[in-house]
Amino acid sequence: MMFGLANPERFMRFSAPLVPWIWALAGVLLAAGTWLAFTAPEDYQQGDTVRIMFVHVPAASLGLMIYGALGVSSFLSLVFRHPLADAAARAAALPGAAYTALALVTGSLWGRPMWGTWWVWDARLTSVLVLFLFYLGYMALRSSIEDEAKAARAAAVLGLVGLINLPIVKFSVDWWNTLHQPASLLRAEGTSLAPVFLWPLLTMMAAYGVLFLALWLTAIRTEVTRRRVMSLRARAAWSA
Amino acid sequence: MPDLDMSPYAAFVWPAWAVSALVLGGLVAAAVAASRRWARALRTLEREARADRETAA
Repeated sequence: MMFGLANPERFMRFSAPLVPWIWALAGVLLAAGTWLAFTAPEDYQQGDTVRIMFVHVPAASLGLMIYGALGVSSFLSLVFRHPLADAAARAAALPGAAYTALALVTGSLWGRPMWGTWWVWDARLTSVLVLFLFYLGYMALRSSIEDEAKAARAAAVLGLVGLINLPIVKFSVDWWNTLHQPASLLRAEGTSLAPVFLWPLLTMMAAYGVLFLALWLTAIRTEVTRRRVMSLRARAAWSA
Repeated sequence: MPDLDMSPYAAFVWPAWAVSALVLGGLVAAAVAASRRWARALRTLEREARADRETAA
């Protein structure tokens, strides 16, 4: 089925009825997550700053996962030279960069009252900044090369190189002494979060994830349409 | 009911939520605008191509 959907025509037909439902689900989850975030009690240590975690953690997790999607799409684009894989990689870059930027900004807004500083050059913060720079580099490289096929190949190589940074981001808090706290959600021994904070967090993570899916599918569909337009314009110019 | 009194951390909590809402809203607006722009361009080109075919026939 996945390989069948790699055909742009089939992908457009398959995704058309799904996309509005995914947008609607993202809206419902965002509304529910916001309600749960502001009805949760204050944390006994963090006070109301715990509510920053409900936007910071989803943005950070998705920033990491979206780069994974960009890297896999880049790999498929390089190996199979498939235009839909390249469109998927390209479409993931902007939301990924935006989510990662949000993780950095909201983390800083949490760090100032809790750590007493906006920023420290510890392994987690620095590796997330490097992740953000990979996103920016990917987008800059794509837009700096006029030939679209060459731009796609060069960007795909950079996308693959950036995958090296993902385990560094994930395990930085285990490998080095960092001011950033270790994982509290995905741990072998189970989550350390109380249910009153776990549910708002999981709902917001689902909201950010589904919103990314809606943005991604819409952007891939737009990219397929843009390529059709460019090809029709080229054909019209050639026949004129 | 929601607790909207963020004191003494209001200066950190509200900007975090505001910047998140702005950025996510901007992403949605940009995606929808680009989608509409290219769909409109495709419709125009297809209409022109159809008109050309009909004229030729």
